[in-house]
This record gives sequence, structure tokens and C-alpha cells, in this order.
Amino acid sequence: MRHDHIISAKQLSRADIEAVLDHAADIAADPAAYADRHADTLLGLLFFEPSTRTKMSFTTAMKRLGGDIVDMGSVESSSVKKGESLADTVRVVEGYADALVLRHPMEGSAKMASEFVDVPLVNAGDGAGQHPTQTLLDLYTIRENAGFDDLTIGIMGDLKYGRTVHSLAHALTNVDAHQHFISPESLRLPRSVRYDLHQEGAEVREHTELESVLPELDVLYVTRIQRERFPDESEYRAVAGQYQIDSETLEAAKDDLTVMHPLPRVDEIAHDVDDTDYATYFEQAHNGVPVRMALLDMILGGEPA
Amino acid sequence: MTDDQQLRVSKIRNGTVIDHITGGQALNVLAILGIDGTSGDSVSVAMNMPSDRLGKKDIVKVEGKELSQNEVDVLSLIAPAASINIVRDFEVVEKARVERPSMVEGVLECPNHNCISTEDEPVQSRFAVVDDGVRCEYCDTIIRDDLPAHILAE
Repeated sequence: MRHDHIISAKQLSRADIEAVLDHAADIAADPAAYADRHADTLLGLLFFEPSTRTKMSFTTAMKRLGGDIVDMGSVESSSVKKGESLADTVRVVEGYADALVLRHPMEGSAKMASEFVDVPLVNAGDGAGQHPTQTLLDLYTIRENAGFDDLTIGIMGDLKYGRTVHSLAHALTNVDAHQHFISPESLRLPRSVRYDLHQEGAEVREHTELESVLPELDVLYVTRIQRERFPDESEYRAVAGQYQIDSETLEAAKDDLTVMHPLPRVDEIAHDVDDTDYATYFEQAHNGVPVRMALLDMILGGEPA
Repeated sequence: MTDDQQLRVSKIRNGTVIDHITGGQALNVLAILGIDGTSGDSVSVAMNMPSDRLGKKDIVKVEGKELSQNEVDVLSLIAPAASINIVRDFEVVEKARVERPSMVEGVLECPNHNCISTEDEPVQSRFAVVDDGVRCEYCDTIIRDDLPAHILAE
């Protein structure tokens, strides 16, 4: 994996995934052992969209490996505002940093940017496209809590625009998970994702309500339905309400169900779930650090994969 | 067919004859080639002619034009059985069948307006040819139907 670009979950084999997760587990067990691993390394952060968790956890990961970050800052304060192309921006910044992390609002942006740079480039979200490092931390959380063997997972919410969903669904084909997709008709998985899952021979079922499938699930992965996807407020409210869960909803679930969410949540998981054993979303967010440490270490040449 | 019934399409001196086009696709072929008649060169089109091999076929004859590889690649997607004859001085000097490419570059525009390939960036659009259509190499969008509608404007 040395010096590879990490653009899409589709490029990750089962062996790649296991290698990153194993390395992340080693790091989580003894983070101090990695504190000086990349002392002279600078990670370039190019976030063309707002981000809290992803940006902070990449920053934390690089600093915990002994390195530092250089940050483009907001789009408003950068030369992008003057009309610079993305291809130019990344070619400039690769001269400042040993690896780049890119988040951009357009699909395919990370793939295109990677064609212009020689340093490893990590896709931290490209529009409604892919978010492979979120997928790795999701997989880490799933492996820790439910395991990969005979896994049945329900993925619910905005499946059309949710890039974490697109990445995760594809990655889960590597572990032969039984995948259930629960969404309103208007937000079902895009054709390109269904095509890929079909090509991979994945076992996929689509539903418009959670109730019938909930008792079977080992993992329920909830995503946010964004208001801006709907033409008006009333339509949004009518749909979104059906995809909210609370502790009462979960009475029908298995006792060892793992509830995940890439965060931020708005109201799709009620706060009364937070104190139950189901709630795993904060642990999931914390896992972003060891997983990104592992990935950075591997692409920067620390660990052969 | 007697001489009287023969297709009354004059021979061309220099240019391309595309034969064995899937019946009904000739106008799309012209669209791919960016040919609308305004250049003044002669263009002949025959549609839904009887064909042993295809049942019905279209034929296009274009004076003064030889096809680029990109044009042939897209052509192959809508007319997989087409044959291309290059004519110089009234003689066919080269005859080739189209081949389905694995990739078409710089010819189609991604229909996803949020795809980076539609922006002012120094890249060409790039589509992989898949079982039932083409797929954007940048954003993964699949185009199944009506490929000619997605041809990039010159």
C-alpha cells in the first residue's frame, strides 16, 4: 500500500482491509509506540467543504504519529476563490506536504486530483461519491463489535447521496455481509452502486421500512436524511420521521445489536439510545484516529502491506 | 435488385463510407461525427436498407472526412457491426470493422453535473465501456441509453 492513493473503497481488497484494521488495532493497543514514527512528515489538508470529525481526526492522527499538518484553510480565504483549478491547487500543495487529504464537493474530484500528484492522496469525501477512510473506521467498529462472520447489516437513511453508504456497501461485499438497505423510494441506492454490488455477487435487499428487518440485524447503520434533498419542508418531515429510531423502536432488535452512525446526527437517533448498549456511534467516531494513523503509516511507508 | 432500384447515392472521391450501421442509427452516427451539412461537403444517408446480416442497415457516405479513433470508438457503441471504408480517389483504400473499445475518452459528456469532469479542469471525460453502457471513470455514473445525446459539443 506504500505511496498509494486511497480514492475509493472499491480499490480495497479483503487483505488490504484486514491489514489496515489489524494495524489500527496494534496502534490502539499501544499508541505511544508510534509517537515518533513520522516525526518529519507533513500532511496537507485540503478541505473544500466543512468538516469537523474527518479533519480533526486526520490532524490528530498525523500529530500522534509525530508529524504535523499544513492546512489550506477555508475556500473563502484561499486562491480557489480566485478561480484556481483543483488540478493546479493540488500540484502546488504537493510541493509542501508528504501526503494530501482532500475533501471536495464534486464527485470524482479525488480521482482527478490523484492524476496530478506523486505524493499519496487520500479521498476524505468527494461529493456524493466515496469516503473510504470513513469506511475503514466503520469496518473497524463492525469487526470489534459484531465481527465479520455471517454479518447481517441494515443501512438506513439517505442511500442516494450518502457517500459513507456507497463506500461501506461496496467494502462489505469483501466479507460477504447480508446487506439490507432501508430508505424512502426517492433516496434509494444509486444505479451505479447497485450495479457494483450486483457485479460482486452481493446479497442485497431493499426496503422502505425498518420494522420487518430489524429483528434480523447484527448492525444498524443510520445516516442522516438532509432537508435540502426535498423540494419542501412538509415532504421532508413526512419522510424523515419514518427513519428515526429511539429506545422503543429498538425493543424489537436483537440484544447485541450494534447501532452506528457516521455523525453528525440531527434527530434520526433519539438521545435515549445513547445510554443503551446498542449505541456505538461515539466509539465509532473515536476509532477514526487509530484507523487513520494506521492508514497514514502504511501509505507513508511505515508498514508494508 | 435491378439497376433501376439501386440506391441512387453517388460515389465519393475522398472520404469515408460507413456501412452496416444498425438500422435507424444513421442520424446518430452523423451527430457523433459532428456532421450537420453546414460545411458544404456532400453527405449521403441511406436508412433501413435490406441487409442479409442485419436485416436492416443504414449507410452513411461522407465526403472529405476520415474518422478519428475517438469517433470510431463511440460509433462502435451505437453501431457495433459497422464497417468503415476509407475512400481515396474513388477507391476503397482501407476497410475495417469497428471494435468495441474498453474506454472512450474526450467524446462523451458526463450527465452528472456534479462530476469533476464537467468542470473547467485540465482533464478529458473518460468512460469505461461496461456490459450495458458506459461508465464515468471519475464519478461512476452509468449511461445506458441515448449515448448520442451525451456527445461533447465540439
